[in-house]
Amino acid sequence: MGYFHSVRLEEDKCKGCTNCIKHCPTEAIRVREGKARIIQERCIDCGECIRICPNHAKIAVGDDLTALAAYRYRIALPAPAVVSQFAGQAKLEHILGALKALGFDAIYEVALAAEMVARATRRYLDNYGGKRPLISPACPAVVGLIQVRFPSLVEQILPLVTPVDLAARLARLEGMKATGLPLEAVGTFFISPCPAKITAARQPQGKRVGPDGVIPLATVYGDILKGLSSALPYPSRAGATGYGWGHSGGENASIGGRRLLEVDGIHHVIEVLTRIEAGDFQDIEYIEAQACPGGCVGGALMVQNPYLAKLELRQLVRDLPSRSMDLPVTEKDLRAEPVYPRPALQLDDDLATAIEKMRRLEATQAMLPGLDCGSCGSPSCRALAEDIVQGEAQDTDCVFVLRERVRVLAEEVVELARKLPPSMARPERGDEDAPSGNR
Amino acid sequence: MPSLKLSFPVRARDFLAGGNGAAHIRQVLQQVGFPPEIIRRAAIAAYEAEMNIIIHSYGGELKAHITPGAITITAVDDGPGIPDIELAMQEGYSTAPREIQEMGFGAGMGLPNIRRCADELEIKSGAGQGTTVNIIIYNR
Repeated sequence: MGYFHSVRLEEDKCKGCTNCIKHCPTEAIRVREGKARIIQERCIDCGECIRICPNHAKIAVGDDLTALAAYRYRIALPAPAVVSQFAGQAKLEHILGALKALGFDAIYEVALAAEMVARATRRYLDNYGGKRPLISPACPAVVGLIQVRFPSLVEQILPLVTPVDLAARLARLEGMKATGLPLEAVGTFFISPCPAKITAARQPQGKRVGPDGVIPLATVYGDILKGLSSALPYPSRAGATGYGWGHSGGENASIGGRRLLEVDGIHHVIEVLTRIEAGDFQDIEYIEAQACPGGCVGGALMVQNPYLAKLELRQLVRDLPSRSMDLPVTEKDLRAEPVYPRPALQLDDDLATAIEKMRRLEATQAMLPGLDCGSCGSPSCRALAEDIVQGEAQDTDCVFVLRERVRVLAEEVVELARKLPPSMARPERGDEDAPSGNR
Repeated sequence: MPSLKLSFPVRARDFLAGGNGAAHIRQVLQQVGFPPEIIRRAAIAAYEAEMNIIIHSYGGELKAHITPGAITITAVDDGPGIPDIELAMQEGYSTAPREIQEMGFGAGMGLPNIRRCADELEIKSGAGQGTTVNIIIYNR
């Protein structure tokens, strides 16, 4: 089955600049024939290209409010970070109220599920004796990064459900209980800060686990903003620690105690994962790793400045109880679907062929200038060498190789031009016997 | 039989670049598609061997020879050499200078770590002769 991606290219907006290829953490983009192309197997939907594109040619395809029409009872699942976008302008109850007014029948805060996951995580860490550190599964872009670039670390991903998926499951049950409607009449809609969460909810996993739809925050931002002053308040059930998941460090704070590391920004996450793969960080119990700067408040589909959003989120939940009430969740509710590697960077399925390709790759890279300029449409000279070996590019795609070829060719042309055949050669000047006209 | 040779110069006391050679070897092995456990052992052995050059020698070279059946990692250096190899193989024994140990390196675990990861290990050295460490990890 095909792998769904929320991140797409709007081709007519793409100018073929190379900003996106230079920032993609899995080298999943190439510029070919003047347009950016996303290599589907490598894309992890982190949204770095959306963030960086000066022409806004990269977009995230999610649901909009028309998707609500397919269900009789609709529940909104706002990510903890979503409320940060309106903080400073309204109280939490009014933000939730404005969200509900968009056409929802109820709201289930993902922050509430986050607290349950935090409690389960603490229990899991207490009883865990395996390889350290465990890595949080909460950020789907980080999970994707591990699958593609750090496949050996897949086994160190905490095997618990994410707050979004748990919220969707519990909200659905609550909705059915409150209305007596059957499962398929109850729709759950995650309000997403990022494209990776859209993708995560759409992966074919065999059964309904996550939300039924995912709506990017950016598409409802204006509507919520408009409703802030007029909407009826909607009570919040989550605590401050749950809402803390909206910014980096919040997940660890809600788990509490211990040696817990937090890292945010995908390139920083790569540094940490590289060290873990090298066998370091074994004295760390758990790593909260988030692809976006500042955590979900810095999501690629968010509107506000991430650092201001972080400050406002903390201020907004100041009056909430630190933790919410205990809700009944079973071990089965908390179990995660297994995560498998997606080794998209491997040169070949056959080891001997792959070694031969790698030998050619190293030799090709040595002939390239090493400037990593991106003019060829590949993100680095090494990536171009890889593309050449895989038959996706040629060495003359490199402007420096091409210029050198043209120079050699031009010299040859000049050289050849001097070698005119004798029948066409003119007599040398200064020949005294030549007729001299009127003179 | 396809084979691939890699080579990286290693400078003495260059802690900032320390591990770059081993990291490149790891990346190559991953992209080629060796099993994770083989990659882990090769990467640790290469890293320790590279750090040994940085800590103990006047500079040298880290090399890798990769075939489908085996990964051979060789660390060659100019340096004072190892006067007593058997002693150096003992965990916790270190001849690293005090200032290096204070930086958290040279805890005497390098060679024992390499031995744990290697299927075959050969060390050629002597006082004043430099050191050659040859590590073979079979892919099976």
